[in-house]
Amino acid sequence: MNVFEYQARSLLGRYGLPIPPGGVATSPEEARQIAERLTRGPFVVKSQILAGGRGKGRFLSGFSGGVRLCEHPAEVEEVARAMLGGVLVTAQTGPEGRPVNKVLVAEAPRIQRELYLAILLDRGRRCPVVIGSAQGGVDIEEVAREEPGALHRIWVDPQVGFWPYQARELAVRIGLRGPLLNPAADVIARLYRFFCECDASLAEVNPLAVIENEKIAVIDAKIGFDENALFRHPEIAAYRNEVVEDVREAEALKAGLNYVGLSGEIGCMVNGAGLAMATMDILHRYGGEPANFLDVGGGADQNQVTKAFGILMADPRVRAIFVHIFGGIMRCDVIARGIVEAVSHAKPKVPIVVRLQGTNFEEGKAILRQSDLLIRTADDLADAAQKAVAAARETR
Amino acid sequence: MSILVDGATRVVVQGITGKAGSFHARACLDYGTSIVAGVTPGRGGQKFDDRVPIFDSVAEAKVASACNASLIFVPAAGAADAILEAAAAGIELIVCITEGIPILDMVRVRRCLEGTNTRLIGPNCPGVITPGQCKIGIMPGYIHKPGRVGIVSRSGTLTYEAVWQLSQRGIGQSSCVGIGGDPVHGLGLPEVIDLFDRDPATEAILVIGEIGGCEEQEAAAFWKTSSRKPTVAFLAGVTAPPGRRMGHAGAVITGAAGTVEAKIEAFEAVGIPVILSPADIGAGMSKAMTATVS
Repeated sequence: MNVFEYQARSLLGRYGLPIPPGGVATSPEEARQIAERLTRGPFVVKSQILAGGRGKGRFLSGFSGGVRLCEHPAEVEEVARAMLGGVLVTAQTGPEGRPVNKVLVAEAPRIQRELYLAILLDRGRRCPVVIGSAQGGVDIEEVAREEPGALHRIWVDPQVGFWPYQARELAVRIGLRGPLLNPAADVIARLYRFFCECDASLAEVNPLAVIENEKIAVIDAKIGFDENALFRHPEIAAYRNEVVEDVREAEALKAGLNYVGLSGEIGCMVNGAGLAMATMDILHRYGGEPANFLDVGGGADQNQVTKAFGILMADPRVRAIFVHIFGGIMRCDVIARGIVEAVSHAKPKVPIVVRLQGTNFEEGKAILRQSDLLIRTADDLADAAQKAVAAARETR
Repeated sequence: MSILVDGATRVVVQGITGKAGSFHARACLDYGTSIVAGVTPGRGGQKFDDRVPIFDSVAEAKVASACNASLIFVPAAGAADAILEAAAAGIELIVCITEGIPILDMVRVRRCLEGTNTRLIGPNCPGVITPGQCKIGIMPGYIHKPGRVGIVSRSGTLTYEAVWQLSQRGIGQSSCVGIGGDPVHGLGLPEVIDLFDRDPATEAILVIGEIGGCEEQEAAAFWKTSSRKPTVAFLAGVTAPPGRRMGHAGAVITGAAGTVEAKIEAFEAVGIPVILSPADIGAGMSKAMTATVS
């Protein structure tokens, strides 16, 4: 789960990381007031969306730049007015862009050097890795490609922990010596403490900057959290409702379903994540595109099936629904009754194709056939997928 | 023969009195698995279903029942603790079904298991089964059929689908191992392939992978240097968008190595055929096996 920059700032601030003062605004007036309260300009106004490339982004309105520098509070208000309520398109958002409902207004210190600092999990080595680079403020993936030697990594033994000498080593390697060395090592150590204590999956500061008077500052931060650990961080978990931008995903979240919205036209309901992905893939092979990933769980019950139908049917993109269940522990006849119940309740306007396989699949199919509902069934996975793709074409 | 579990495996179920634990303990008992003990702290001295003795700790269960494998259903917040408890008691094989364990907990667990004799399967996995002998997990036992194909998979229901397709064609399985959908887990694809290689009863191997991480690439590299058995692979997630977690915590594309394309390339480069449609897993396996016979 990724959070907005303004939320990341507030969490990192609690760990004593040096963050330029500022605040978040939902209206142009509020943005101006924040700027007026700050000690001095220039100010930066930053659109709050969960995607990168904001600086070079463009609003659908034509307004250019999702991040803008302003000299005066009046200018802050003007820029915030152009951004708020607009839709920002960046290299990472896709052509549809993301709505901007909040802007961050902060002091913009004079930057002398831009560096990079991040902590994430190295899956292969099964431990956190702290990454630093003297080249910050740019696309770090590009740095990694063009000049791999410019990235410095320190792997942390989870049994030993991260010690100050390691933070100093990294600071030196990214060129922070002299009066900057100890403050930089302190920033790195604090970021590591945050990473572990808050169960982050990513803590990226880009850029980490050297500003006037030989000071270090966190200019922008991207933070992600391990969803499995949210149960022990209720305060961070509370951000969840704010950060889900897709309406369909917000609904699924409330229903406790594993859902990812996509842009195709076949609504998918599958039990198990691997099977759900494989189902999306086979639809794609036959020329269909999934409207979503939806895993109702390995042991899905009737209640979840009903909720899942509700979400699929509320999606205007969906031209056909494909239900694919492998009945293992959960018997297919039980699933079939759940589907009949849900369908007769919700009366979907799009065709439904169902493939049941596994325990009692014959009984399951018989229940669907006898239901008088317009449900198409198939035994073979390839056949089922082709039927679903064809059904979506009919209703186009 | 088989890998990891057989008719002689003696199982303790941690969390045996919980909803999932009791349901699946019964299903395993029905399959013929010898479940010799259960653990629920505070319920020591009682019996599960009037037949399985319950203990307060894994250590006590081990002394009394000589169990050598553990099946864990303890909820996510206490699951890492349950794994470490089983390892500390000297249990050789730990199968953790629990989904949703914090990643940093698993990082510490894996570090603690280094240098011990304990093997961990999972978490967030269906478990392991040697058809006809022993089922330690939540998979539907009856779809399996004793035979000679070893299956290793990162998924649950997708593995059932694969097993179903194989069994329907009369192709049985030596053992099926679900290594789990979390980014940090116990035995990996290369390690299980290694076990199948050393198992005389396994003639061919099916690898089921998915997006995220680079274990498939490691498996391909390992197979190239060590394995002599015909192997085929299926990979899920061609259509998964980057940066989104597809159900499994581990199924998220975060770099070029995490994509299905990169994994297909790695397998094909070493000569492992990749089955492109999930509907063709049974047929693909069948083809690979006939190819070696002729």
